[in-house]
Amino acid sequence: MEKDVGLYGSTLGKKALMAITGIILFFYLVGHMLGNLQIFLDPAQIDKYAHLLHASAAFLWSVRLVLLFCLGVHILAAFQVWWRSRTARPVKYKVFNPPDVDYAAKTMVWSGPIIAAFLVYHLLHLTVGSVHPDYVHLGAYNNVIAGFQQTPVAIAYIVALLLLAFHLYHGLWSLFQTMGWDHPKFGPWRRPLAVLLTVVIAAGFISVPVAVMTGVLQLVGG
Amino acid sequence: MKLTLEIWRQKDANDKGHFETYELDNVSSHMSFLEMLDVLNQELIEKGEEPVAFDHDCREAICGTCGFVINGVAHGHMKRNTVCQLHMRTFKDGDHLVLEPWRAKAFPMVRDLIVDRSAFERIQRAGGYISARTGSAPDANSILIPKEQAEAALDFAECIGCGACVASCPNGAAMLFVGARIAHLGFLPQGQPERAERAKAMVAAMEQEGFGACTNYTSCEATCPKGVSIVGIAKMNKDYFNAKLFGGGNLGGKE
Amino acid sequence: MKLEAKIPSGPLADKWTEYKAHTALVSPANKRKHTILIVGTGLAGGGAAAALGELGYKVKAFCYQDSARRAHSIAAQGGINAAKNYQNDGDTVFRLFYDTIKGGDFRAREANTYRLAEISNEIIDQCVAQGVPFGREYSGYLANRTFGGAQVSRTFYARGETGQQLLLGAYNSLNAQVNAGNVDVFERTEMLDLIVIDGVARGIVVRDMVSGEVSSHFGDAVLLCTGGYSNVFFLSTSAKGCNGSALWRAYKRGAAFANPSFTQIHPTAIPQSGDFQSKLTLMSESLRNDGRVWVPKKAGDDRPPNQIPEDERDYYLERIYPSFGNMVPRDVASRNAKNVCDEGRGIGPTKRGVYLDFAVAIERLGVDVIKDRYGNLFEMYEMINDEDPYETPMMIYPAPHYTMGGLWVDYDLMSTIPGLFVLGEANFSDHGANRLGASALMQGLADGFFVIPNTLGQYIAKGKHPEVDPNCDEVRKVEQDAKDFNQKLLDIKGSKTVDYFHRAMGMIMLDKCGMARSKEGLNEAIEKIGKLKEEFWADVKVPGTGESLNQELEKAGRVADYFDLAILMCLDAREREESCGGHFREEHKTEEGEARRDDENFCHVTVWEHMGEDQAPQAHKEELEFEYVELTQRSYK
Repeated sequence: MEKDVGLYGSTLGKKALMAITGIILFFYLVGHMLGNLQIFLDPAQIDKYAHLLHASAAFLWSVRLVLLFCLGVHILAAFQVWWRSRTARPVKYKVFNPPDVDYAAKTMVWSGPIIAAFLVYHLLHLTVGSVHPDYVHLGAYNNVIAGFQQTPVAIAYIVALLLLAFHLYHGLWSLFQTMGWDHPKFGPWRRPLAVLLTVVIAAGFISVPVAVMTGVLQLVGG
Repeated sequence: MKLTLEIWRQKDANDKGHFETYELDNVSSHMSFLEMLDVLNQELIEKGEEPVAFDHDCREAICGTCGFVINGVAHGHMKRNTVCQLHMRTFKDGDHLVLEPWRAKAFPMVRDLIVDRSAFERIQRAGGYISARTGSAPDANSILIPKEQAEAALDFAECIGCGACVASCPNGAAMLFVGARIAHLGFLPQGQPERAERAKAMVAAMEQEGFGACTNYTSCEATCPKGVSIVGIAKMNKDYFNAKLFGGGNLGGKE
Repeated sequence: MKLEAKIPSGPLADKWTEYKAHTALVSPANKRKHTILIVGTGLAGGGAAAALGELGYKVKAFCYQDSARRAHSIAAQGGINAAKNYQNDGDTVFRLFYDTIKGGDFRAREANTYRLAEISNEIIDQCVAQGVPFGREYSGYLANRTFGGAQVSRTFYARGETGQQLLLGAYNSLNAQVNAGNVDVFERTEMLDLIVIDGVARGIVVRDMVSGEVSSHFGDAVLLCTGGYSNVFFLSTSAKGCNGSALWRAYKRGAAFANPSFTQIHPTAIPQSGDFQSKLTLMSESLRNDGRVWVPKKAGDDRPPNQIPEDERDYYLERIYPSFGNMVPRDVASRNAKNVCDEGRGIGPTKRGVYLDFAVAIERLGVDVIKDRYGNLFEMYEMINDEDPYETPMMIYPAPHYTMGGLWVDYDLMSTIPGLFVLGEANFSDHGANRLGASALMQGLADGFFVIPNTLGQYIAKGKHPEVDPNCDEVRKVEQDAKDFNQKLLDIKGSKTVDYFHRAMGMIMLDKCGMARSKEGLNEAIEKIGKLKEEFWADVKVPGTGESLNQELEKAGRVADYFDLAILMCLDAREREESCGGHFREEHKTEEGEARRDDENFCHVTVWEHMGEDQAPQAHKEELEFEYVELTQRSYK
């Protein structure tokens, strides 16, 4: 009789946890993006929104803890899955060209760590402010615009967000597969749906640095 | 036509193994890939060298015995094919071909292009069946199965167990193979009573063998000689989670 | 040699029921104490291993493949017969029995064939229960198709891969028993010899094909389920590894060989394309349901098929056999293909081929229906021939496919060596001189799942089965013989490869002992093969050693046996001075060129006994008695 490795012990279980935490992080991203878009409204709007988020420390920190936990699980499981697959082929092929490999799937291994590194930078940049030239606590509007007025920073954001898009596309598509959510009628729509959601989210996020770089968004006096 | 073949040679599991290069003239375009290797082997034997060992049997793409990697692609560049039905007319004069065995931790080397796929046997034995004691079956037509459902089961039952899915998966995963078996039996009403146990047992056995994880590369589906769909993997995942989380309570019935 | 078929008395329809009612049983507690060795894991062997495991016997199963699922049963395409009469077209067990025995040209045993027909229905039930996804109607009921030699629609199928699906069913059942601890499977293990102690089969000597280690296994019964020996022809539809060595080595230990010359040359294979050809690929006979066979009327007509007008085509099967048309049995279809090619009307590059044309069927039913029925076969054809059969007619030519002959068995499936049972294609019993399509799968499953579980008990219960001493002289000697045999092959170190000899022998056999045979030709074949055999033992080159995986050594052993088997086939064909089924003697034909059977003198099974290495084998007869069918001249006109 085979030793049962348990749900989390199996690669299936690990992938499912990545999918579930991925879904939570995805919903957070949707909220984050919608919040960001308020920058195109009245400049005071987004600052108000920042104050609103910080109104209750308990609420703020529980959300942050949940996200941190999801991120931790997502990364740990990803690392374990990656390690497992790495050891599954000890002798490598001399020539290896598996056909039809999903390009986004190939990028997951390095897009993940890069996104993680970017996230650290992003938090230091716009949440803690320690790597920001001109950070004002809860002055979200000017923080963002001043931050993106440094062109290299804006470009770094755009690149990282494009990577995130790839990551999201593959994640969104494959989570249906991983969770076993498959139906003959729905199956063919999984990829288009993933593309659509990815494009919307990426466009939403990227619109902000682009708007700053093109001068659509300007600093307001203060 | 003329070919250059760079073939992995390894005497046994303990040997380190290396590539050996052979030139072959007069390859006819009507030959199958294995017939081309037959010709090479006849030449090698006549020269007093040991022939290249490769697995093969039916040579009509159904037994699943043959298979190796040609220029990085399991079973070669033609889709829905095995090396025994890969014809030389699809190659060009002067082609340089690198032949390697399936490479995976769970498929230990036997010799040259032959690997040990007994991991598949152990997975199957763990639960890839319907326990139907001989003699206890009701009349065949007492179990009605809609045509579409029977065809869907057959789509997965077509898996020939060759191992190309493992060989072409960048992760060395066996998900397509296991998923195909689980989906085949899971689509049929006869397969429902053991569906949860089957998923649990087969997945546990698969994990024990040291195959990699599925990260949805989909190269398995692309190289599968029978075109088995990765939908089978989704079915396996669903059955496994249901079985693990709810004891299979909401499995069974309509699918 | 005493040949006692042990056919139960009583009316034909009751024999099997009566047999089961009165056969001796082994108590469940005792079954565990008996080890049964099974060689081969196809439908017969895999089925037997599963069924005997379920009963509680301790089973060891052996196969040369790396998985039990790869046995050549897997390659059967078209389907499996059963007398279910789901089509309401007048089918009964008797009719299936009658069609089968008539199809075999009245050279099979009535009782065995009837039992086969009777069990056919249980088989379908069992397969469905195992999860075999047979073709179905939209209503969910099982679908049927028509097959050669029958006027009812009784063939169950799973696309063009029925064998694969049935074998997976049997393999799954086998795996369930492995998991339950009742069956051990030894893959990549080849049987080298049979251990007979005190006249009783007690074990086998095997070679681990990876390590080369030779060892023995012991048991209370040995079941040979090793399939046929069509590979004697080199080019055949068998898998490359299929071989007759288990049968031959059992024959040399005293198991009699029945009707060795009865071979089936299947009419619809893809023609040979060159000298390098390693095997022939079958196109399912079911294609003849919708395909029309033709050749040009004029000899040497080189025009492409689409440019030959309708009135210059000869649909010869429809012309000669108006009532069965393209659906005549295999032997008839093959022989006629050979005849038209002999007349110079063959097609294709080698001129050894005929057309199988789907144009009319496509017009009548539409491409989609044809695709649904034969899609994967058409794909396979296109892959091999690089021609689209939806557009141009297929080219086909007969190919050695099945051997009706095999080791002689009684009603219990026991050979002339007590304790040695032979199942499936490896025995001779059910198909006479020609096998109808869709009945090989039926026989394999019948023997494995339903017959042997009922007949083995009799032998186990009645005999004493003392423990075998693994170090006794008999065992030591057989082991040593087997090792010496391989070493002898390795030591020749000649100049020609095994394939060279095999190919040469195959050409002789196909020419002289194939679709048409004559005394003169057979004499010539015996002489030529004898010479070739001498040359083989003096000049074959087997590289490598016996202590590792050595595919050339495996082949050499098989080919060495094939020489002797080929000679026995020729002797048997020469002995049978009549034409029946697939055995067509040029000297014995009607004025119209059809087979002329001689029931007066040849209504028997020829059973050959090995008399020693350099001695002529002795022919015995088992007279066939027909109580329930009238021996008619087989006519499909």
